[in-house]
Amino acid sequence: MELLERFAQGDDDAFETLFWQFQGEVYGWILRIVREPAAAEELTIDTFWRIYRARARFRPSGSFGAWARRIATNAALDHLRQRRYTEELPEELASGDCPDPALERETRDQIRRAFRRLPAKLQSTASLALIEERPYEEIAGALGISAGAARLRVHRAVRILRSHLARLGLKP
Amino acid sequence: MKKRDEDNLRAVSELLKRAMPPVNAEPRRDLWPAMERRLNGERPAGAPWYDWALAGAVVAAITIFPQLFLLLAFHL
Repeated sequence: MELLERFAQGDDDAFETLFWQFQGEVYGWILRIVREPAAAEELTIDTFWRIYRARARFRPSGSFGAWARRIATNAALDHLRQRRYTEELPEELASGDCPDPALERETRDQIRRAFRRLPAKLQSTASLALIEERPYEEIAGALGISAGAARLRVHRAVRILRSHLARLGLKP
Repeated sequence: MKKRDEDNLRAVSELLKRAMPPVNAEPRRDLWPAMERRLNGERPAGAPWYDWALAGAVVAAITIFPQLFLLLAFHL
């Protein structure tokens, strides 16, 4: 029997195999949305937990990766909704992903705060489109919307961000 | 108008990337042990000891005082 069929029928070994195959991909996708390594790790586990509980609803003829990405996006959105009103900034991302040293730390923090004040749906779409430069079709698939709707969200995010940043005296 | 929107989008994108660079990373730790703990926590555990103690007490009480069974049946 195929791996995905065994997974859908509740085989724990099949689930473990899929976990090992997809954990890196799921983690990377969540990290691109929430931008906090520790939170992304917890959310990866949460995503696979959701996957495990929903395994009976998975159709083995479909793509496991796309299904997992959709569930991961929902978990990440839940996280963004919860953290939106906290003022603290998360830890910096790993070295090698260092921000531009020419940009002063205070300015960088202001930009990050303004970005975190965006509603979760706009923040996730903007992060994937504007920072990570993922294709709109891919973003739309993960969010369960059309590519046109994803573009609209990005334009809305840009409008809001520009007004937040203008109030801080920053003009992109 | 459309061109201005595109210019704004590009400018915001550049600024965001300077403050929050694109990421491409693997988990910093093995996530399977935590996953396994979550799975094991959910699997049905046996009944706790006090449930068994309560069941034993009820059986003993009914054995000693059979009329208690009617009272129990009434409340069930």
